[in-house]
Amino acid sequence: MLELKYFASLRDQLNVSDESIEWQHMQTVAALKAHLSTRGETWSSLLNDQSIQVAVNQHIAFDHSCINDGDEIAFFPPVTGG
Amino acid sequence: MKPSIIIQRQDFSVAEEYQALMNDAPSIGAIVTFTGLVREFDDGRGRGLFLEHYPVMTENVLHDICQQAHKRWPIIGSRIIHRIGELALGEQIVFVGVNSAHRDAAFDACRFMMDFLKTKAPFWKKALNESGDYWIDAKQSDQTAKQHWQTD
Repeated sequence: MLELKYFASLRDQLNVSDESIEWQHMQTVAALKAHLSTRGETWSSLLNDQSIQVAVNQHIAFDHSCINDGDEIAFFPPVTGG
Repeated sequence: MKPSIIIQRQDFSVAEEYQALMNDAPSIGAIVTFTGLVREFDDGRGRGLFLEHYPVMTENVLHDICQQAHKRWPIIGSRIIHRIGELALGEQIVFVGVNSAHRDAAFDACRFMMDFLKTKAPFWKKALNESGDYWIDAKQSDQTAKQHWQTD
């Protein structure tokens, strides 16, 4: 299973804060985004927005980053702390 | 000295953090601190901020920022506190403190840590406004500030 988390404005727009999905042998973050994009236009346009960031197991990741069964993957808008 | 990283809802005391940095005396000659506050906004209609964060990743990123600062400058102690949850106007949000033998390293490391915290630490601010709450956008000026520290 993959544990997915969504934060801040992205969570509000997708209307989900976390969920578990089957890994289905997706190899990269890009593959995961493609899979989630099949949920519809909202998911597709939000997740593929250039400004959206990804973390795999609490480390910043990119489209080419590898994912594995059991990973935690988070999607979030640019950070605004401090 | 191991960096001190704290994320908490409750307010913090700058005096206590300063005292902790003082504990490295007399091997230190300089202490530099920064405190970030909730500034008024929206012509007085804003009533505060809500700080969301990504637990565990936040601590990891802040530790990494401190490690980078310790590698790059001869600093001895570093302390970061960042609050989360609802904060009213005028409240303290973040503290960064550094000590070292001489002031150059302390000033630069403190600035570096804040610039990187602003662009890398997974916190998100929501503006609480009487007319409706909204998420605050990241600023280009923060990204530009971070580039100031590039070595290559």
